[in-house]
Amino acid sequence: MSADSIRKAVVVLLGLAVAIPAGVSFYRSRRMAEPVVLSPGVTEVRTLGEYFDGVRGTAGDCSLYFLRGKEPGGTVLVLGGTHPEEPAGRLAAWLFAENAQVDRGTLIVVLSANRSATTVTRPGAAYPDSFAIPTPWGERRFRMGDRWSNPLDQWPDPEVFIHYPSRQALAYVDVRNLNRTWPGRPNGTLTEKACYAFMQLIRRERVDVAVDLHEAELQYPVISTIVAHERGQELATLVSMTLTDMEGFKIGTEFSPKNLHGLSHREIGDHSDAVSLLFEAPQPFLDATRGKTTAEVLLSGRDEFVVKAGQHGLLFEKIDEKGWPIDVRVGRHTSSVLQTLESWSESSPARGVVCRGVPRYAEVVRNGTGYYLSDPSAAPPPRVRFE
Amino acid sequence: MLEFLIAACYYAFVAWIVVLMVHNLVKSRSWEREILYVIVLLPFVLRLLRLK
Repeated sequence: MSADSIRKAVVVLLGLAVAIPAGVSFYRSRRMAEPVVLSPGVTEVRTLGEYFDGVRGTAGDCSLYFLRGKEPGGTVLVLGGTHPEEPAGRLAAWLFAENAQVDRGTLIVVLSANRSATTVTRPGAAYPDSFAIPTPWGERRFRMGDRWSNPLDQWPDPEVFIHYPSRQALAYVDVRNLNRTWPGRPNGTLTEKACYAFMQLIRRERVDVAVDLHEAELQYPVISTIVAHERGQELATLVSMTLTDMEGFKIGTEFSPKNLHGLSHREIGDHSDAVSLLFEAPQPFLDATRGKTTAEVLLSGRDEFVVKAGQHGLLFEKIDEKGWPIDVRVGRHTSSVLQTLESWSESSPARGVVCRGVPRYAEVVRNGTGYYLSDPSAAPPPRVRFE
Repeated sequence: MLEFLIAACYYAFVAWIVVLMVHNLVKSRSWEREILYVIVLLPFVLRLLRLK
């Protein structure tokens, strides 16, 4: 073998030494299994594909956790993971799937509303591929995810995204944003098909209230709030007042703009009988002025540059050196959902949903999110599912 | 259908670049250029394998 060939082989081997670990990391990240230890209250696990064949078995399909009470009542849908890079929404939904017991009515919990978006992180943003929540028995690891569906599942993007059916022009990348493609259509993109499937679920299961869990950067004005469709304004106001008065954190209300299309709080209310609400918790990790983009920042919500931005009056939510820890954000969401169930059940007794077993804000802050996550290795295998 | 065609063209284009880079790598006589070709190749190969 010539010296030239040996040199080339060495260079190629060096390249493979870089490419193989990177490829394995991408492969594992996309297929990482996240266990869900089903609460005794979970009576059935279905898939979104059962409501629309167009997403069955695709990256747009996801698990639906049904918790049916013994007494008849209404139905409430909780969507976590519309934007997987906003983990408090997913984790709060997780706490419902692993702890909730329903006495009256039906609760449907979704942990990965945009499952495709859980399998990718933001290109060029140096996101961690996963993060770990400490628990009393070890740690539970979750995929980081992104705001948009994975381009491997839906590509190419258009120059301008024309929303269906309003024909409103939106940012090109939002063609892969599950919270810009409602109400969806059966012959659309993967993300539109997923929204269409959710609309079919909402209609067929006669969902009364749909709750979409999110987090927002502190430089975004719609933060620490409930965004409500006009039919949900009274409910949102009641929930906001009760939480602010009783639970020790402030949450406001915003009315869903009638001319801003594609969002769950607008389109679910417009295209179904369900009342639609969207909850926003603060997440400094998403702020453009953040420093290092690490799992530590994601979970602690502490970032000196975002604090500096706050000192210059550039934020719509307060922040100090304590940051916005994940337990605070998850607790806000669990309490907000629980209060929504209570307030809804009081105002519509015949369609009420009564739920217990899920920790409220003060409990999550005191004990940590991981305290309420069960050990999959100690659970009976039939009660463990994977997202 | 149109999206499928565009994606197919895209992957064909990526594969063609990989072929050109490998050809240049084989023909190259300078180690600096060989390293350059390998570095340029990496993301194209990963993209072809749909690893992202």
